[in-house]
Amino acid sequence: MAELDKRTAANAAEPEKESDYIIEMLNITKIFPGIKANDNVTLQLRRGEIHALLGENGAGKSTLMSVLFGLYQPEEGCIKKNGQVVKINNPNDANALNIGMVHQHFKLVECFSVLDNIILGVEPNTAGFLQKSEARKKVIALSEKYGLQVDPDAIIEDISVGMQQRTEILKMLYRDNEILIFDEPTAVLTPQEIEELMHIMKNLAAEGKSILFISHKLAEIMEVADRCSVLRKGKYIGTVNTKDVTVQELSSMMVGRPVQLEVEKDPPKPGDVVLDVSGVTVKAKTHKGNAVTDVSFQVRSGEIVCLAGIEGNGQTQFVYALTGLDDMASGKITLCGEDITHASIRKRSNKMSHIPEDRHKHGLVLDYTVEQNMVLQRYWQPEFQKAGFIKFGPVRSYSDRLIEKFDVRSGQGSITKARSMSGGNQQKVIVAREMDKDHELLVAVQPTRGLDVGAIEFIHSEIVKERDAGKAVLLVSLELEEVMSLSDRILVMYEGEIVGEFDPKKVTVEELGLYMAGAKRDTPSAKEGK
Amino acid sequence: MTGLVLLIKYALLYGSVLLLVAMGGMWSEHSGIINIALEGIMTIGAVAGALALCMLPKDMSAGMIVLLSILIACAAGILYSALLAFASINLKADQTIGGTALNLMGTALALVLVKNYNLTHGGGQSPKLTYDNGPFIFKIGDITVNVFVFLAIALLVISYYLMYKTKFGLRLRACGEHPQAAASVGINVYRMRWAGVLISGLLGGLGGFAYVVPSVSIWNFEQGVAGMGFLSLAVMIFGQWHPIRIAFCALFFAVFKSLADIADSTFLGSLNLAKEIYRMMPFIFSLIVLAFTSKRSKAPKAEGIPYDKGMR
Repeated sequence: MAELDKRTAANAAEPEKESDYIIEMLNITKIFPGIKANDNVTLQLRRGEIHALLGENGAGKSTLMSVLFGLYQPEEGCIKKNGQVVKINNPNDANALNIGMVHQHFKLVECFSVLDNIILGVEPNTAGFLQKSEARKKVIALSEKYGLQVDPDAIIEDISVGMQQRTEILKMLYRDNEILIFDEPTAVLTPQEIEELMHIMKNLAAEGKSILFISHKLAEIMEVADRCSVLRKGKYIGTVNTKDVTVQELSSMMVGRPVQLEVEKDPPKPGDVVLDVSGVTVKAKTHKGNAVTDVSFQVRSGEIVCLAGIEGNGQTQFVYALTGLDDMASGKITLCGEDITHASIRKRSNKMSHIPEDRHKHGLVLDYTVEQNMVLQRYWQPEFQKAGFIKFGPVRSYSDRLIEKFDVRSGQGSITKARSMSGGNQQKVIVAREMDKDHELLVAVQPTRGLDVGAIEFIHSEIVKERDAGKAVLLVSLELEEVMSLSDRILVMYEGEIVGEFDPKKVTVEELGLYMAGAKRDTPSAKEGK
Repeated sequence: MTGLVLLIKYALLYGSVLLLVAMGGMWSEHSGIINIALEGIMTIGAVAGALALCMLPKDMSAGMIVLLSILIACAAGILYSALLAFASINLKADQTIGGTALNLMGTALALVLVKNYNLTHGGGQSPKLTYDNGPFIFKIGDITVNVFVFLAIALLVISYYLMYKTKFGLRLRACGEHPQAAASVGINVYRMRWAGVLISGLLGGLGGFAYVVPSVSIWNFEQGVAGMGFLSLAVMIFGQWHPIRIAFCALFFAVFKSLADIADSTFLGSLNLAKEIYRMMPFIFSLIVLAFTSKRSKAPKAEGIPYDKGMR
């Protein structure tokens, strides 16, 4: 660490000509009631570089970008473009300074075409009537120049997430933006799409665009970024050249302590069968045929079984059927010896905990407070109600205890509205609720999606603790790293079927990738169950 | 033959009203504001136009009277819809509740105005207005038509082009689908929504006037506009928020509504069905049709949700 600090200091002190920086945010301080979101933060973006902005959830990355975008006015500090002090009062000012942003949640109108989305706000027109043909030519030229494959006439809701993101990038390029901000761009992409995006970002930088890349995925930062600035709890920690540091060093800068990147766990001690799934078939909603076909497997107590696969291969539908969110066409599910195939969700929840894939849709009532969300599955129990009336005292103390135990950070503790919390802390509320209630089986779907290293480490260690406490864990994940490091057994799902079963110690990522892509399959093991 | 002529007359009359008002709803909803207040807006437009007819000097030329009364009806609709816009855009009120309040107030306000007028003009406490609708009506061959039919067709063409071929239309629709996306590219969502609602008020007010005036020369404002505003909403949904489809749906509903009016005087009379059955038809039809079509509805995604700059 000491050596690293020296390097950081050396880097910051490095003499630079002012005009080398296209954008400088100098000594920015932004105060919200009760919290310093940015405390004397400096960010200097060089022309033509890819500059990563690293920090945990709530470290102040979004606030800093909102300041750059004119959404907030800083209390102190100034912004310079090409060495000149500029005032950015609203997003239009940012646009005028050629600053563009790909938001984490795309700002695309779903029923519009790609072209309409790109020109929206800067429509070429004569007397108000749209003139799309020139725009189309410009978009096609740009997409060819930067290798951004899109179909200008496709409707947004029909195209893949990757193409939607390319549309967002084209939106910036169409406006001739020079400074491109990518806010957590890889959170929604498949591994192939991520690789493609990295390639595109390098192309853009090579063409002279300056890129700010907000992320907490260290591997991606190491691969694509030239330099990296780190924020922690609103404070500026430092800027480093990525080629001079290791992943370990970066993560300690971000979290403020050494982080366990590998999951540490003992060999599993599988016990009795907790979950027995046999021949589960689920009809597809979007097409004729099955979303899940004849899936059979078992999960024992004390082991973590992972359902791996590329997004959209039936994992979601299978989990819906397992947790009771949706019906299945045929098959049988047994939990602790009890047939729960047709049981209600509340009945299932007696022995099953579920960390859902979509935390906003199925995990939380966003306009409820933390404490209300904490007892969402337990409010009817004698501990929390009497004759239909909620016992507010016990609810509050229960919630306070879980907040303490799971380190949930929020503005007002138990009475914070879930909507106002960061994604990582929302997820912690769900994890706390699901792990604290009685259960034998934990179904965790993408439990670390969109979270930072610190939160991932925490959730992984909690899942391992679950296992060691003799619970059965079914993990559904798209992240190969997570699959390899966390699971005791891997089942690969492809087009709704289980095409292979592996021991993570005996299989390579490449091998798994072949199964996930459907290039290989072990048919016997999947079919024998019949 | 007379039956067919009558059917065409009424179908055109009702069709133009439904088309105008449904397009009004369409403009508002594409901007993101649910306009359930159309019934009230129609009533206000109708009463303003009818009062204008009563009050304009009798020696004015027919063309002038038509033009002025129509402009007054439109202006009244715009003014009244501004209440909805202010409540639901600036105050972020619940749009359905705001609209319902405006519906209730519409009929009440109309009654106050009409009774007041009648009191000062020797008509006692009557809720009815009597006016001369002659200038609005003319004949093409055997068929009686009114100026609103042509106005509706013209406004249909204008609406289509404005909505789908101009910068304004593109921006307005973006505000109804994804206001945050619109705001992120520098579009003023509040202004576009105001525009949508005010256009809606214009078309609604005009539609109300078009319903009351050409058919009869005396109108009882106790009934408001007798559910035409709600029927127009059904037409808009059935028409999937698209002007051309709305035009066909308006005609379809209008034919059914017309059957009630001509039942007695044509062969339908020999069926001996109660008139009420025909009256119910458009509503029953809209129920059935909506039950089947609303599932794959193309409603603007953000409609009904107040836009707030700060919301994530």
